[in-house]
Amino acid sequence: MSLAFDLALCILILGAAALAVFGRDLFGSIVFFIVYGVLIALAWITLGAVDVSLAEAAIGAGVTGVLLIGAWQGIRDGGGGEPEAPTPWPLHLAAGGAAAALCGVISFAVLSLPGHDGLAGEVPENQGALELGNPVTGVLLGFRAYDTLLETLVLTAALAAVWSLTPSQFWGGIPGPNHVKPPDGVLASFGRMLPPRGLIVAVYLVWAGADAPGGAFQAGTVLAAVWILIVLAGLRDEPRLSRLPLRALIILGPLVFLGVGLIGMLLGAPLSYPEGQAKPVILVIEYALTLSIAATLALLIAGPARRR
Amino acid sequence: MSLLFALAAAPLGFMLASLILGRRAPHLIWIAAPVMLALAVLVALGASAGATGGPLGGWDAPLGIVLEADGLAAALILASAVTAAITGLFALARFGPAGRETTRRYTFWPLFYGLWAALNAVFISRDLFNLYVALELLSLCAVALAAFGSRKAAMHYLMVALAGSLAYLLGVVLIFASVGTLDIGLIAQRAGDARTPVLIGAALMSAGLLAKTALFPLHGWLPPAHGAAPPVVSALLSALVVKASFFILLRIWFEALPALAGPDMAQAFGVLGAGAVLYGSVLALRQQGLKALIAYSTVAQLGYLFFVFPLAGAGGAVTPWAAGAWGAMGFQLSAHMLAKAGLFLAAGIIIHALGSGTIRDMAGAGRALPVTVLAFGLCAISLMGLPPSGGFMAKYLMLIAALESGAWPYAAVIIAGGLLAAAYLFRPIARFMSGTDTPALQARVHWALPLAPLALGLCALTLGVLSAGPYELMVTGLPQAGEAGLDEVEPGP
Repeated sequence: MSLAFDLALCILILGAAALAVFGRDLFGSIVFFIVYGVLIALAWITLGAVDVSLAEAAIGAGVTGVLLIGAWQGIRDGGGGEPEAPTPWPLHLAAGGAAAALCGVISFAVLSLPGHDGLAGEVPENQGALELGNPVTGVLLGFRAYDTLLETLVLTAALAAVWSLTPSQFWGGIPGPNHVKPPDGVLASFGRMLPPRGLIVAVYLVWAGADAPGGAFQAGTVLAAVWILIVLAGLRDEPRLSRLPLRALIILGPLVFLGVGLIGMLLGAPLSYPEGQAKPVILVIEYALTLSIAATLALLIAGPARRR
Repeated sequence: MSLLFALAAAPLGFMLASLILGRRAPHLIWIAAPVMLALAVLVALGASAGATGGPLGGWDAPLGIVLEADGLAAALILASAVTAAITGLFALARFGPAGRETTRRYTFWPLFYGLWAALNAVFISRDLFNLYVALELLSLCAVALAAFGSRKAAMHYLMVALAGSLAYLLGVVLIFASVGTLDIGLIAQRAGDARTPVLIGAALMSAGLLAKTALFPLHGWLPPAHGAAPPVVSALLSALVVKASFFILLRIWFEALPALAGPDMAQAFGVLGAGAVLYGSVLALRQQGLKALIAYSTVAQLGYLFFVFPLAGAGGAVTPWAAGAWGAMGFQLSAHMLAKAGLFLAAGIIIHALGSGTIRDMAGAGRALPVTVLAFGLCAISLMGLPPSGGFMAKYLMLIAALESGAWPYAAVIIAGGLLAAAYLFRPIARFMSGTDTPALQARVHWALPLAPLALGLCALTLGVLSAGPYELMVTGLPQAGEAGLDEVEPGP
């Protein structure tokens, strides 16, 4: 990419960040935060980190944006709106000063880095053993599979945490507001047109993840978006949270992953893959994870049950 | 190796199982408690011969993740397994099986097992980023459980925990960029090459971890969150969760970066710890609510842990007291786990039965609930540091180390802290014993419930009676720096 493009991108990123922070209107700030996420995703692409870019676009801009809008709606419905008492200016000054000092210290640290290239040499050398072309997948499901296992369970625990906020009269009920089906709106046609394409993209992302950017988290986010779109368009309602198949879907991915780890443990090496069979086993884990991540993300956004 | 993976994997399996079992999930604890205890005992037996562990999936560091349990980790795994198992059984009373699924009866169990898994994962990890993931799982479960009590306090806790996590992660990034590895052992070898960014990274990590450990003056979030939660949750949060972030601090400064830990830093930790002991104790003395008192006592007891930095760390020569100070810290960690969980459970029974959480209303509780009050007393003995108890061993060893090293201000704080602990714990105990009437119970107490705090109190005492074995275990595989004093392992240029 040319220097001009990079400069323009940097200015846009700073501008979007400034508008998100200094905007007086809460909703406007959220919009600029989402724009900022998309721009950062672009920046990752120009840096050649496509996997990070996909994750940033999906999680940083997409999921976080939806959550923020949901929170904004919640504040508005709760009658809160804008904060009532303005914070005193010395507090602003102190917070700004502290942030600036922290920023200075971190910049200083970054500038004094010795320029280590990390494990960029070791990963490609070893990923052949996993039969994977994509080094990111090699790290996520091979070398550091234990981290990924714990992370998927963080997601599951987050869902349990969200569910723990369910008002007791609604336990096991349906999350989210009741979307009335619009007769023939744009959303309805989107809701019919996009899901099949989303499904294909998700299946492709997992399959491609072995050798090119992609993988379970990205595909799961696409599927979750499909789910949300269908609900928003009023084509199907959210499921009842007490349903057993739903709960089975949520634990499927982590369970398969954990099971593979435990089988390895019984054979003497936890979280290792059978020689020569690494790729099929990894694909099975990834497809199972995709389904669970999609369901978990969609339900995290839907929130605790609000209807019986 | 397989055993260590099972320590983290088994509770994760129970977590998933409890999500699918729903109404029947509470019964799982009858399987989980013995399984986890057996695993912990096996790990302790293995570690007593020297640190055990290995790389996961056959990928050695720096590429992969190495798990290892040294003596201290094994001792803490065992102590936390006892605490969590007994607390889990106690939880059957409140979150046990019932005719119909409810919000809390369902969500308590996955969060409980997630917390247990994360705790074990912290104790066995040798990888800075893996520690971050484990810490995230721990904080998430802890915050959600804290919200069972007060949502407002849990929100405050969430903000502190997230800020702490971000600071920690930032530090991990800086260290990885500086030395190209996340493995604690390899960082120790390479840290000398890039002192400035590594030191800034370690400072950021420490700041985050101190906030999560609620060290004075960053303790503000702890008393409301721990004091307002249901007793089972308070026990888990106060006894177990805050220990994990402290344990990571030990890993960073004694094992990853011993060469960068100067005496000034060690003294700073010690001074903050002393502040915590005195401030937490004085505030505990002033509390009207029983659970608030116990929560402030946690702030005070956590302070003692930080004495290990100056006492086992900043000695000028090979110090004979470093191992003693290290062992004292190990006793303080494990005895506080057992005793604090016991205190919260006993307080929970008393408050539930008498229908009031104010100490003033608890006159005569000793006659109405003799076993519970006995358990409360046993746990209090350990917390005050009276012999024979694990708490006594902790404070005795620490006092010896402080006196031998000539750090008499710490010795004075240890003695003052013990007296203050006696003062604030005798207040409720005196109230339980006062008067001549037996108060009428507002709610029936199942006969088996007081056995849980009683067992925890007895374990805390046993730790002091049979102290030789635990001491040997805790100083097995003592990081070189802990044995020799931090200055001693300063590598050459």
